[in-house]
Amino acid sequence: MIRLDALSRVFLAGGQAVHALREATLAIERGDFVAVVGPSGSGKSTLLHLLGLLDRPTSGSYRLGGQDVGRLGEPAQARLRREKIGFVFQSFHLVPRMTAAQNVELPLVLAGTPPAERRRRVAAALDSFRLTERAGHRPGELSGGQRQRVAIARSTILGPELLLADEPTGNLDRETGLEVLALLERLWRDGLTLVVVTHNSEIAERAARRIRMLDGRIVADERRDESGAPR
Amino acid sequence: MRPADVAAHALGSLRGARLRAVLTLLAMAIGVAAVIVLTALGEGARRFVVGEFAALGTNLIIVLPGRAETVGTAPPLLGEIPRDLTLDDAIALARSPAIRRIAPLALGAAPVARGGLEREVMILGSTAEMLELQHLELRSGKFLPPTAPDVPSPVAVLGATVADELFGGESPLGQWIRVGERRFRVVGVLASRGRSIGFDLHDVVVVPVASAQALFNSFSLFRVGVEATSRESIPRAVRAIRETIRRRHDGEDDVTVITQDAVLSTFDTILRALTLAVGGIAAISLIVAGVLVMNVMLVSVAERTDEIGLLKALGAPPRQILALFLAEAAALALAGALVGVVVGELGARAIERAYPLLPVRPPAWAVPAAVATALGAGLLFGILPARRAARLDPLRALTHDR
Repeated sequence: MIRLDALSRVFLAGGQAVHALREATLAIERGDFVAVVGPSGSGKSTLLHLLGLLDRPTSGSYRLGGQDVGRLGEPAQARLRREKIGFVFQSFHLVPRMTAAQNVELPLVLAGTPPAERRRRVAAALDSFRLTERAGHRPGELSGGQRQRVAIARSTILGPELLLADEPTGNLDRETGLEVLALLERLWRDGLTLVVVTHNSEIAERAARRIRMLDGRIVADERRDESGAPR
Repeated sequence: MRPADVAAHALGSLRGARLRAVLTLLAMAIGVAAVIVLTALGEGARRFVVGEFAALGTNLIIVLPGRAETVGTAPPLLGEIPRDLTLDDAIALARSPAIRRIAPLALGAAPVARGGLEREVMILGSTAEMLELQHLELRSGKFLPPTAPDVPSPVAVLGATVADELFGGESPLGQWIRVGERRFRVVGVLASRGRSIGFDLHDVVVVPVASAQALFNSFSLFRVGVEATSRESIPRAVRAIRETIRRRHDGEDDVTVITQDAVLSTFDTILRALTLAVGGIAAISLIVAGVLVMNVMLVSVAERTDEIGLLKALGAPPRQILALFLAEAAALALAGALVGVVVGELGARAIERAYPLLPVRPPAWAVPAAVATALGAGLLFGILPARRAARLDPLRALTHDR
């Protein structure tokens, strides 16, 4: 599903080149659950942003579903983001003036879905994420776990193939984090391809595959064996 | 994205920054209201002046003695002394088929007395035709009888003020008054409405032109009012007047001919230009309001970087972001314009109520023009912030707070 070939990203900071990602070569298959771990500044977020078409590679190629997408124009990338990719952020990124239901509905609104169908799908999503009772509340009135559930509901409402999560439990306490993790796992079992950048060792342990990064390089790529035994 | 959703999203974001939106809207509203009230005033002045002129008569041409021109050959002191315009000239004018009727006017001031009361008033010498020609109305009695213009007759028509001053509540009809050294019998009183190019017709006495000439011992006329048979025949009438005068004045058409139409259209043009000018000045405030819209939108873009990044992450292409922010600017401008139209119309009505003489009504073009200018200014000044939003790097937008 995803093929990265010598993908690099160089930033210019204060006249100096910063190699955020160095020649990453990687293949992620459909239905995989990948945890990206590594210390701060190791390039994991950059990798995730490149995968999500929020950033452009300096060199190398990125093929998504057989299509070279790294150098597509902005409208084409926007279309891919809408149709194939969902995002979950550490700080949720909910629109504060909108209710939980409106936040979940937003991708459907942007896609031009007719209101009747929107209502149906939002109701189903809220129900599936146990948010029906909080539908009319604004993000400020929700707990962290609820906010992240709203964000996940929003990221999946258009039925993406790939869900990218950047520290999804980073702003949550352990228990809530585990809840969110369970939710992500459920989505993965339903067939979603999941890539999670995390510091959380519990996520890293439960992922099917763990990619370790250091200084912009992929230094380890381990797969949990079928038995689920510890590596 | 559906247009209704674009509008709803724009309104939702405006509600998020209510005070800012309301203040900008207010600026827009003031601009639009100013355009409407000022153009309404200009248009009111135009209608008033045009109405006054139209009330003077129909297809009116005025012939004045002397010619307004600059002569280059002889020094002014040796120039010709203009010939008087006489009653015979006036009678000759009436012969042209393009001319329906004429009313000569001789002018002077004389003491008018009745019993012990005496009053110095303007004496107008004219003919029966003056009534029709100048659309005069009578309060009581009749106007001058239709006798030959060159025959004096001791009858007089009083202006309303003169009648009231000399006779109090009494009816002046059939009574005698003394004008200068002569006696006249009052046959009618003018209605109190009325003005005649420069004269207040309240404070006059109208007598037959031949009597006035005898009174002032002068054969020259102040002017001759001419009514053309129709609007189309006005140019022919003017030519006929010039020819007649040239024939009678040894080859010199030494008169000034003013057509009511020309005066009317001149005033009309001037006052329309004035209305446009004040409207234009008021429209500048709309540009200022546009700058305010830009300011509000720039702040909005800066405050909502997060949201813009999110929209991009959710797959909104740049054009959609542009449309969302332009819709916001348009909503601000349009709401302001609508409030402005209401305030402007109410303002115009209030002024009209305070000054009933002035028909203060905005011209037909003013309201759509003001709204269009407001919307145009809003969109124009909305483009820069909207483009800034559309071009925002999604990554920077999403991570700027971390």
